[in-house]
Amino acid sequence: MQQNIHGIPLDWFIILSTTLFCIGVMGVLFRRNAIIIFMSIELMLNATNLLLVAFSAYHGDAAGQVFVFFTMAVAAAEIAVGLAILVVMYRNTKSVDIDVLNRLKG
Amino acid sequence: MTQDHLQKYLFLVLGLFAVLSALMVVFTKNPVHSVLYLVLAFFAITGEYILLNAQFIAIVNIIVYAGAIMVLFLFVIMLLNLNKETEPHKNPYLKFAAVITSGLLLIVIVGSLKAADNAIATPYQGGKGLIENLAEVLFHQFLLPFEVSSILFLAAMVGAVMLGKKDIK
Repeated sequence: MQQNIHGIPLDWFIILSTTLFCIGVMGVLFRRNAIIIFMSIELMLNATNLLLVAFSAYHGDAAGQVFVFFTMAVAAAEIAVGLAILVVMYRNTKSVDIDVLNRLKG
Repeated sequence: MTQDHLQKYLFLVLGLFAVLSALMVVFTKNPVHSVLYLVLAFFAITGEYILLNAQFIAIVNIIVYAGAIMVLFLFVIMLLNLNKETEPHKNPYLKFAAVITSGLLLIVIVGSLKAADNAIATPYQGGKGLIENLAEVLFHQFLLPFEVSSILFLAAMVGAVMLGKKDIK
């Protein structure tokens, strides 16, 4: 169990998390439903978490995994507030389409 | 030697699983199906954490993300009655541009990382992700941020309740 990372190069983890991050970016640009956009943001956060854990494990430094812990805490708070904003938006406009928010331009 | 190969295959299978379910999150029409595919992606990422020997983060990932946050998403979708395919039509040129843009971003990042030499890929010292090592770091080096995050949670809780109230006097 000790040498179990040796088989996998670090590059593979970098490429995997880059791919997941880019899929998240594509989701934000591609969809108009605000809930799906939130989910894409979660996906991007998870991609960065994976990168932090990979670097932490290969570097032998536990601080990276503590950072992931804090990222999860901030993400949970962000999602709670964001979904509350979404509910208020639906109550006022009867849709979760982000193009409705054009009127914020004033 | 065979164990190394097994690790590689596990990584590849889990990575393929994560990427495919992430793509399905974006391309599925129904929001409930999107949430379920996102849970699948989170489980695949949890498998990668276990491959990295980060057991604590893996458990927390399942409890916090696949458990709490996804239930919150499902709850809001059911509350707003959005579990049908009511996506308004978006300009196809914009969709095309979105795919091209993110693909270009992927190519640029991977290309620039190819050029970098990863001198830090040192041999791995085991057991850093175990819960006792993490607690050692968290409660000595990062004690103040840990306490401050409770204030963040309080602010988020008050904010969510204030936003959710029907009429604020």
